[in-house]
Amino acid sequence: MKIHEYQGKELLKKFGVVVPRGVFCSSVEDAVKAAESLGGKVWVVKAQIHAGGRGKGGGVKVAKSLDEVRQYATQILGMQLVTHQTGPEGQKVRRLLVEEGADIRKEYYIAALTDRATQKVAMMASSEGGMDIEEVAHNTPEKILKVFIDPADGLTDSQARELANGIGIPADSVAQAVKALQGLYTCYMETDASLAEINPLILEGGVDGKPGTIKALDAKFNFDANALYRHPEIVAYRDLDEEDADEIEASKFDLAYIALDGNIGCLVNGAGLAMATMDTIKLFGAEPANFLDVGGGATTEKVTEAFKIMLKNPKVKGILVNIFGGIMKCDTIANGVVAAARETHLSVPLVVRMKGTNEDMGKQILKDSGLPIITADSMAEAATKIVAAVK
Amino acid sequence: MSILINKNTKVITQGMTGKTGQFHTEKCQEYANGINCFVAGVNPKKAGESLFNIPIYASVKEAAAETGATVSVIYVPPPGAAAAIWEAVEANLDLAICITEGIPVRDMLELRNRMKKREAAGGKKTLLLGPNCPGVITPDEIKIGIMPGHIHRKGRIGVVSRSGTLTYEAVGQLTEIGLGQSTAVGIGGDPINGLKHIDIMRLFNDDPDTDAVIMIGEIGGPDEAEAAQWCKANMKKPIVGFIAGVTAPAGKRMGHAGALISGGADTADAKLAIMEECGFTVTRNPSEMAKLLKALLK
Repeated sequence: MKIHEYQGKELLKKFGVVVPRGVFCSSVEDAVKAAESLGGKVWVVKAQIHAGGRGKGGGVKVAKSLDEVRQYATQILGMQLVTHQTGPEGQKVRRLLVEEGADIRKEYYIAALTDRATQKVAMMASSEGGMDIEEVAHNTPEKILKVFIDPADGLTDSQARELANGIGIPADSVAQAVKALQGLYTCYMETDASLAEINPLILEGGVDGKPGTIKALDAKFNFDANALYRHPEIVAYRDLDEEDADEIEASKFDLAYIALDGNIGCLVNGAGLAMATMDTIKLFGAEPANFLDVGGGATTEKVTEAFKIMLKNPKVKGILVNIFGGIMKCDTIANGVVAAARETHLSVPLVVRMKGTNEDMGKQILKDSGLPIITADSMAEAATKIVAAVK
Repeated sequence: MSILINKNTKVITQGMTGKTGQFHTEKCQEYANGINCFVAGVNPKKAGESLFNIPIYASVKEAAAETGATVSVIYVPPPGAAAAIWEAVEANLDLAICITEGIPVRDMLELRNRMKKREAAGGKKTLLLGPNCPGVITPDEIKIGIMPGHIHRKGRIGVVSRSGTLTYEAVGQLTEIGLGQSTAVGIGGDPINGLKHIDIMRLFNDDPDTDAVIMIGEIGGPDEAEAAQWCKANMKKPIVGFIAGVTAPAGKRMGHAGALISGGADTADAKLAIMEECGFTVTRNPSEMAKLLKALLK
């Protein structure tokens, strides 16, 4: 689960990371009032959507007067913000963060994530802040420093100092950077995050021999869905406007659904088999319209809901059902498919491939239904048949 | 021979009295030598009782001491699952198989670090299979987990996969063309797990009763690439490889918590390329895994 920048900064602040003063707003008037209450001469008006790359898409503006705050807030609120992470249709901006301006002397990057290879938490830091970190990792991997942490030990002072020194934080600000790194690490662990990233972390001020201030200018979080049950405070941050309506609907029925761009809907049991089915559709010349895993215990009701969700997508021109019956029996699924096809008045071609427990009973049920259901014995045959049927 | 388990393995079931545990314990008991293999259940509140004629003990330690069991299978719900695995480790079992899906990643992270520390300090190494896995089966001998037993046949092909139903798919194909399996292992779909592809490939390589292996992976993480590199240098048996998720979009979790593309090297295409380079016979068509393998045996 993802959250907004302003929510991420609230979390960071709780864990001792310095963030700019800011106010979250949902109207132009609130944005102007927020700027007034913050005071100063420079403000930043930032679109709050879950995707990255907001600045390049025109969703982050620096205002030098209250009039400009009004102007930018009007521009940004309600816009369809297109970034490299939103897809071509973009994401509607419903919320803003108005912050005091920052006097940026240097930008850095810090992040915490779980490293699968070492089975430790990786704390990463780079001197190349404010950039697309994937590009940095690709072009100049030596500029990303990493330390690996056993959760029993936590991020030690010496590890944090190694990172801060390594990315060139000025000596008189290292103590603050250590605090930011340790704050980010603790926040990551305590909230069961799967990614916590500050890009950029900045050095502000620090002229006239005074130490500068280390501040988090952005905050990106992703949380482990398996741990949300123990974090009502994180669940409260969930913004359904930012999520796909059909994915939310599917999750209510315990279906894992992800919309894609193709025209063959697929319904499969098991995540790996579902991906393999999508791949097979592509291999035989079409594109999958979705990923849909009905899980291990599909009932007639669940299958019907799955059909409804797939058919909501106007791009769907055909459906492929691929079930490997184990604990879930093929006859149960067949009954579900027949009921779903009837209830949804299915008008697109349907290919069903069933294997495993009670396979023959399942096939008989499909045949006896009188519905124009095409059957197949292998994934490849099923894909060939559905691709031919939609052409 | 087989890997990890055989007809003489004695198994403790943790979480046996829950709905899932009961359902699958009965099926495991019915399969091959199951009646003699599943010798104990654990539930502190029901110690002294029994279920399906299997005695229930208060702790794994006690169950192991009373029955001589060396393996445990875990159906405990997510909030208590990591603690249940730790209990099996502290009881010095050889192998803990965790079926539970949905364990918080942090719990697994803390557990794995604790397990490694214990091993480093000279403690017994308990192998962990899973979590979020279907389990392991040695056909006609013993089935520990949730896979459908009847699709398997005894034979000489090893199967290893992160995905449950995709393992069944491979097994089903093999059985259909007359190739039985030595052992089929589901290592699970979670990002932080126990035994990885490389560990299972090592075991298959050393098993005199395994002639060839189907290795199935999916998007996300470095495990398949690591296993492929090891196989290139060490594996003496032919391997067919498949990676699911060529069509998966970046940044989306595809059902399995571990199935998420976050960088270039964990895409299906990148993994397929490495596997091919390391001498695997790879396919992009999952329907022909068994057929390809049969061709390699000739």
